Amino acid sequence: MDATTDRQQVLFLYLEHSNLDGRVVAWTFHDGSGEASDLEGSPPYKSGTAALQDGWRLIQASPVPQRIPGAERVTGRLEHEFLFERIVPAP
Amino acid sequence: MTGDLPLLTTSQVATFVARGFLPLPGVVPDDLNAAASDELGRIMSTWGSPDRPFAPSSGQTFAEIYPEGSAIGEVLRHLPVAGALQSLLGPDPVFDHDFVHHKPAGDPFGQYLHQDAMVDPSLAFDVQLFYFPHEVLAGGGGTGFVPGTHLRRVHETDVGRYVHMAGEQQWEGPAGSVVLFHQGLWHRGMPNPSDRDRLMYKIRLNPTAPQVRHWDMSDLDTMQNGPDDHLFARFRLDSVAAVLRNREPWLGEADYRLELANRAALWRYLTGDDEFDVDYYLTRTEGHESLT
Repeated sequence: MDATTDRQQVLFLYLEHSNLDGRVVAWTFHDGSGEASDLEGSPPYKSGTAALQDGWRLIQASPVPQRIPGAERVTGRLEHEFLFERIVPAP
Repeated sequence: MTGDLPLLTTSQVATFVARGFLPLPGVVPDDLNAAASDELGRIMSTWGSPDRPFAPSSGQTFAEIYPEGSAIGEVLRHLPVAGALQSLLGPDPVFDHDFVHHKPAGDPFGQYLHQDAMVDPSLAFDVQLFYFPHEVLAGGGGTGFVPGTHLRRVHETDVGRYVHMAGEQQWEGPAGSVVLFHQGLWHRGMPNPSDRDRLMYKIRLNPTAPQVRHWDMSDLDTMQNGPDDHLFARFRLDSVAAVLRNREPWLGEADYRLELANRAALWRYLTGDDEFDVDYYLTRTEGHESLT
C-alpha cells in the first residue's frame, strides 16, 4: 500500500460460528479515506465468504474458542471475529 | 415497599431473565411526567452542588430517597413501577446511583456500546430503571440496547468495537414509559437527529436480600417446569422454559445453548428450585459430576 495514494478500509464481521460461511451477526466498518459513511441497517454481507467474493481481503480471524475448565459456560465477547481490509484511493 | 403492590407475573419475570429488560410503556401519568421533567431540569442545573434537590446517597434505602415533595420520588413509588421493582429486587433495595441524560435536538453524538459499572460474576443482579417523561419517537434519541446480552461477562466499553448487532433495539414509546434493565444489558446513548430534546432519568438499585420469589406467585406452579422439559424429548409450550428459549438474532447455536444454561441458572436463583432446567443442559452435567 502506498500511503501517499492509498487508504485502508477495515470491516469487522462477527459470525454465528467459526466457519467463514457463517451468518453475520454483528459488524463494524471504518474508512481510512473518510469518504464512506457508516454501514447502517442490514449486515453488509450475509457471510464472511460473501465479503471475500466482493473483494475484501481477510487479514485476521479469531481462533476457535477453547472453553476454560471450571468456566465452560461463561459467555462474554463475540467470539467469531473476522477482520477484512480493502485498499481504496486516497481522496 | 409494601405488600399491596401490583406485582409482575411469572411470564414477565421469565421474559426479563431471557431478554434482560422489561418495558412498562406509558405507565406514568402526564401530570406526573410534567412535574418530574421540571425536577429533572433542576437536578441537571444543580448537579454536584449543595443546591441539588433531593440528592440521595449510595446505600440509602429505597424508602428514604426522593422523599415526599419529590416528583421523581412519586414516579419511583408509582404503584406499577414500585411493584415491578419489588418483583425483581425484593422489598428493600438500596440506592446505587442515578443520572439525568439529556440529548439535545440534533445531537449527532452517540456512546459506544457498553455494560454499566464493572464486570460482575454473581447471579444476584441490580435493576437499572430508565424513565422517559416525554414521548420518544423512532430514531428520536432513545436508548439503544441489545436484548439477551445481559448475562455475558464483559466490562464497560470493552464491547465498544461492536457498532452494529443484529437485533439491537432503540427505545421508542409514549410519555411516561419506564424500562427496567438487568445491570448487564449492553446499551448506549444514541444520536438525536430529531427536532426535540430527549430527557431520560436512570437510577440503579441494588437488592439487599436473595431475589427469591418476590413477584406474583399465583402462576408459578402452573408454569414452572422440571428438568425433563427438553426440546429434543418432551416439552411444553406454556412453561417457563418456553419463555427462556427466546433466541435473539445475534446468537449462533453455540452461544445460544450457553445462554440457555445461564438463564436456567438465573431462574434457579430466582425460584430457589435447584432442579429447574431448560433442555437438560445443567441436569446432564450435574449427573456426570455426581459420578466422579
